[in-house]
Amino acid sequence: MKKAFRYRDGRTGGVEGRSGNTNSGSAEVRTQPSMKLHEYQAKGVFADAGIPVPDSVLASTVEEAVEAAEDIGFPVVIKAQVQVGGRGKAGGIEIVEDGESAREAAEAILGMDLKGLHVDRVLVEAAVDFTNELYVGVTMDRGEGKPVAMVSTRGGVNIEEVAAEEPGAIVREHVDAAFGLHPYQARKAVFDAGVDQDVAIDTASILTQLYELWAERDATEIEVNPLMVTADGEVIAADAVMNIDEDALFRQPELEAMEEEAAGDELEAKANEYGFDYVRLSGNTGIIGNGAGLVMTTLDLVDYYGGAPANFLDIGGGAKAERVTNALDMVFSDENVDSVVFNIFGGITRGDEVAKGINEALERFEEIPKPVVVRLAGTNAEEGMEILNTDLVTVEKTLEDAVQRAVSYAEGANQ
Amino acid sequence: MSVLVDTDTRVVVQGITGGEGKFHTAQMMEYGTNVVAGAVPGRGGQDVEGVPVYDTVHEAAREEDANASVVFVPPAFAADALFEALDSPVDLVVAITEGVPQQDMARVYRRLGETDTHLIGPNCPGLITPGVAKLGILPGNIFAEGNVGLVSRSGTLTYQVVDNLTKRGIGQTTAVGIGGDPIIGTDFVDALELFERDSETDAVVMCGEIGGEDEEEAAAFIGEHMDTPVAGFIAGRTAPPGKRMGHAGAIVSGSGTGTAESKIAALNDAGVPVGDTPNEVADHVEGFL
Repeated sequence: MKKAFRYRDGRTGGVEGRSGNTNSGSAEVRTQPSMKLHEYQAKGVFADAGIPVPDSVLASTVEEAVEAAEDIGFPVVIKAQVQVGGRGKAGGIEIVEDGESAREAAEAILGMDLKGLHVDRVLVEAAVDFTNELYVGVTMDRGEGKPVAMVSTRGGVNIEEVAAEEPGAIVREHVDAAFGLHPYQARKAVFDAGVDQDVAIDTASILTQLYELWAERDATEIEVNPLMVTADGEVIAADAVMNIDEDALFRQPELEAMEEEAAGDELEAKANEYGFDYVRLSGNTGIIGNGAGLVMTTLDLVDYYGGAPANFLDIGGGAKAERVTNALDMVFSDENVDSVVFNIFGGITRGDEVAKGINEALERFEEIPKPVVVRLAGTNAEEGMEILNTDLVTVEKTLEDAVQRAVSYAEGANQ
Repeated sequence: MSVLVDTDTRVVVQGITGGEGKFHTAQMMEYGTNVVAGAVPGRGGQDVEGVPVYDTVHEAAREEDANASVVFVPPAFAADALFEALDSPVDLVVAITEGVPQQDMARVYRRLGETDTHLIGPNCPGLITPGVAKLGILPGNIFAEGNVGLVSRSGTLTYQVVDNLTKRGIGQTTAVGIGGDPIIGTDFVDALELFERDSETDAVVMCGEIGGEDEEEAAAFIGEHMDTPVAGFIAGRTAPPGKRMGHAGAIVSGSGTGTAESKIAALNDAGVPVGDTPNEVADHVEGFL
């Protein structure tokens, strides 16, 4: 069955403040957990692969930025290096014609707060005098289980809107993963998209290179928007998005080294350190469980019974005492939390180990900070229920009862 | 009857000498699974839990008539193990391994299309035909023999729903955990098709979650091709858009597709009742029987 292909939101590009490395994480569909490279990092990878990119320098101070601008030669574009969409509209991208305005732009952008992210570096880049803006990309079509290469002459704008309003404006070429993208396929896609014959061969060759890069570097997604066509008939990648499959980082040491501490919620950073899948939400019933589907279901039930989930926390399989302790620490340290429901259905995870962990974690407190409701099922659940210290926790036998109890505790805390 | 696994299933465990492989081989055998061989390169001639180990899957198939493989091989080597299994005579491959690189899976998936082999997973709990055999890591004690088929993207959620069924005396023909990765072998439609053809399966439970479009496709298939009644459950109704919750598949797009609402609506349109709670799913199933 053929399915429509979709894009992440907010893809824009261009030197007139429309450029944006939209690694925002919002509306991200059909991708595996991925590590998002900054624009400057992706362009470095492109350049190493022989894909043309504008001259650029990364700067972290105003002086560096001005010096870089003068070295490159005006006009230049100064671009905030943060992973969020719509940088241009938010004031994170300026095109400047001289040293004075370069200084002003760098002063304004460096240190600014861009959609909640602190800007501590800018990319100073030669502005490209373009006549045309294209879009090219490579990603995995999950529904087909195949890589797909994409080309459009509607670059420089929000490509997702193009995909929604005029799906035919984006040409998709599915790739046989055993052979890779044949050069003829790249040419076919480019010609079918209606790219001018003068630049079609160069565009196709860039698309082929991007596919190779995508495959060699274990990318989940590569996009260039816009791919600019200059008056001289050159084709150049003015923006670069490259996301790497986290499951493949073990064989991509150079890319792994580019990974930075994710800016964001303090608790989410802590979860990262502990190796939990954690998402902070706005409610007051804390949730700990094992397995994404079951934890999501627990959230849904909290909502169903009139409560509000404070978080998603998956401790994973085979959770030992230390992980249990860490999970409780995390949820307790969220000041919004008024009660906690701990829901474990053991397959690999053993109920007795979880119970020991819960006792250990709670015995350290003179007073339990927030009421904890525990429900254990599956492997060694009965042993676990016997081990649990009922002075410290409330034990419930079913998921529904456990959730309702936790919700009522949370409500009670607010009365 | 059952799907995929029956009394003739003879299992080779790839990666049997590793911690997980060894532990779950013992568990599978304790449940009654006929584990006839292990396959680990360089370990031929050894034995694990009394099971002879061979250097290759082909050898295990040749010497022990293995016709199904369970894969516990670490992610970096999993694709190679899967290619080996797909090239061998086994006709069912269950990949438990979590974290297989996406591009590796794209190549495996490409090869899979050239074979008649059923691949379950990767990143899945496996499958079980209660009272007969389990291939994978599911806790056998919560299942019971019966006439309900179950297919799910999530491991522990499967256990929860099965528990709700079993506690009411509703047993299962076969339960299949297909895994939550972006690229998997057997999907909802494949599993539903098998259950539809199975004469013993009188009702089916399908547990999906937010992200992707597999549930919507399954709904279309049920509407067009299934006479066996299906009850559904969708996890992730309260997940905020744009947040990834665990599984790669469990991502809600901001654009209105892949959401719990769209999946529930598609299933309802196909005549599939969707429970608000796992227990309500069991209510629906009870109503079917």
